[in-house]
Amino acid sequence: MSDVRIITGNEAASLAVKLVKPHVIAAYPITPQTSLSEKLSTYVESGELRAEYVRVEGEHSALTVCISASTVGARVFTATSANGLLYMHEQIHWAAGSRLPIVMCCVNRGVGAPWSIFNDQQDSFSQRDAGWIQMYCRNNQEIIDTIIQAYRIAESVYIPVMVCYDGFVLSHTMMPVEIPEESTVREYLPPYKPHTEISPEHPRTVNPVFFPWRRENAEGVLCDGYMEMRYKLQAALLDSAPVIERASDEFARLFGRDHGGMIWEYLTEDADILLTGMGSIAAETTVAVDALRKEGIKAGAVGIRVFRPFPISEVRNAFARAKMIVVFEKCVSYGFTGGMSTDLKSALYGSEVKAPVHNYISGIGGRDVKARELSEAVASSIEMMERGDRDNKTFWLNCHTG
Amino acid sequence: MQENIFRINETEYILPGNRSCQGCGLSLAYRFILKALRENTIVAIPPSCLCVLHGLYPVCSVIVPAINITFAGNAASASGIVAALKALNRPDITVLALTGDGGTYDMGIQSLSGAAERNTDFIFACYDNEAYMNTGTQRSGATPMGALTTTTPILTKQEKKKDLIKIMEAHDIPYLATVSPAYPADLYDKFVKAKRIKGTRYIHIDTPCPPGWGYPAKDTVRIGKLAVETGVFPLFEIEDGKFRFTGRSETLAKKGKRQPVVSYVERQSRFKKMSIEQLNRFQHHVDSRWDEFVRRAES
Repeated sequence: MSDVRIITGNEAASLAVKLVKPHVIAAYPITPQTSLSEKLSTYVESGELRAEYVRVEGEHSALTVCISASTVGARVFTATSANGLLYMHEQIHWAAGSRLPIVMCCVNRGVGAPWSIFNDQQDSFSQRDAGWIQMYCRNNQEIIDTIIQAYRIAESVYIPVMVCYDGFVLSHTMMPVEIPEESTVREYLPPYKPHTEISPEHPRTVNPVFFPWRRENAEGVLCDGYMEMRYKLQAALLDSAPVIERASDEFARLFGRDHGGMIWEYLTEDADILLTGMGSIAAETTVAVDALRKEGIKAGAVGIRVFRPFPISEVRNAFARAKMIVVFEKCVSYGFTGGMSTDLKSALYGSEVKAPVHNYISGIGGRDVKARELSEAVASSIEMMERGDRDNKTFWLNCHTG
Repeated sequence: MQENIFRINETEYILPGNRSCQGCGLSLAYRFILKALRENTIVAIPPSCLCVLHGLYPVCSVIVPAINITFAGNAASASGIVAALKALNRPDITVLALTGDGGTYDMGIQSLSGAAERNTDFIFACYDNEAYMNTGTQRSGATPMGALTTTTPILTKQEKKKDLIKIMEAHDIPYLATVSPAYPADLYDKFVKAKRIKGTRYIHIDTPCPPGWGYPAKDTVRIGKLAVETGVFPLFEIEDGKFRFTGRSETLAKKGKRQPVVSYVERQSRFKKMSIEQLNRFQHHVDSRWDEFVRRAES
């Protein structure tokens, strides 16, 4: 019998980590991630989890410890939020460039300045271009399941995976969560076998200086230049979508829970108006969809579960019939529009989808987001469209200035 | 224990034809470090002359495994290697973080301090060539007062060298030593000893650098010896808090015949703009530091 407990998102994450049994954990506390790193310390000190826990002096070191431990052949875990993630930024690139299967939780929080401990997704969004896979969770069940899937994905494609979930909204909110059976986790995720390891038996210098051009080694074999290495990261990311889908399908088969692969859909079959988002705000759009349906509006929701690699073909299919797309998001590409909507519009460009994309930047720095506000925003966007205004627009929802 | 030069491990771990400069103090030190630590070693490397010495992909001149990592992270990288080796049950491997003064005094000090506070089981060795040499001799926290660098090109460096050895000693680590490639047997002995000790071991390497310090490449050993003869760089070790001079510095402490620092300074073009006042302050600083060490050695 599987075990259902009412727990916070951070506790769900800690239980997932306990189930995947990493060799090395390194973390530095930061709100709202803190209770996750505390819980893991407890598991390690009580002997419930046999891992080396390195209590580092900062987040730059936390990820550095994971990078080097992973290079030696260990399964690793770390977690952070907001400015901690930004402090790691140099190592975020290093981890991806080294092609290491690191899994990290980003408990999403607004970044300073000014200081905010509350939730938005600017932190992980700002790491978008570093070469990681990014997955966003809707609820606490998805947190525990996605972390387990993340190890399977990372260790298949040798790309680090960031599992993102909204701070406080999920990290500190209790929900019923079904805890996976350890034996099923073992079946789904076998013990880690690194594809390369360095040791005195396999001496090599990892990540030395590369030339821009290709170059022969001592045996006359032509080896990659920096550009080829980077191209291979890009190709691997673009090719990882089917791997992510398979990991999700296999998980659904073994555990009986399907959270979608690259995207998930809610009441989309006959929908004209499609709401979209990432993380807990995407879950909230399904409530707004129900409200809109009651008013006779054929609304549906499409959740972006995997933000990188961006689900290009999936969104083209999902939005094919849409008359209007409304994006709710908690991040901004400053000087342009909402972070996710820029990518969504780019993915739809040149496709059959001609629907206007209205973009509502919402919930920045923990500003409350109510389903009613989402449905009202959609209604006003529909009005604009019906008046003949078919432009793509960006609004700041519930932001009262001047 | 004093090792006889003829008993030093004959295996070479650095291949000929590496990319270090002519007369490189680091390459001489590294050769003897690896002889002392032997093949069961993993080296953590930040961006530095050492990174260049190891070679440019896909060619490598060193036959022990190594991980290149970013500047601020070298001690954390070593901490990760140590943790992984423990988890993977490889207690036989020595972890060495070999770092230039930029990666030790400046960018790397936070992760070094963190690792030392956790008493991480590794050797951190700083090869101190007293400036950012890999980028072409810019001032670092290790640059001595009165030295010309490309970022102190007219007035010379106005501030004293940061006393990193004191900072590391304040971490209360089990072993701390200074070595010079000009005295390879002393260097070899200390790394052999450090390999046997558990916890954080810090070894400071005086690393003469012909292009950065401005002396002929053939004079590296001579300059290294002058640093010791003048007391600018005394050779010692601090084991469980107990200070002991070693080698040539032990002899100098007994006989008291140090040379004046001017004989060290005058051979290096980096000090050509050093004022008399700066020279006097340098001599005074060396004297008072030396006296302090002598008092500690006697107590």
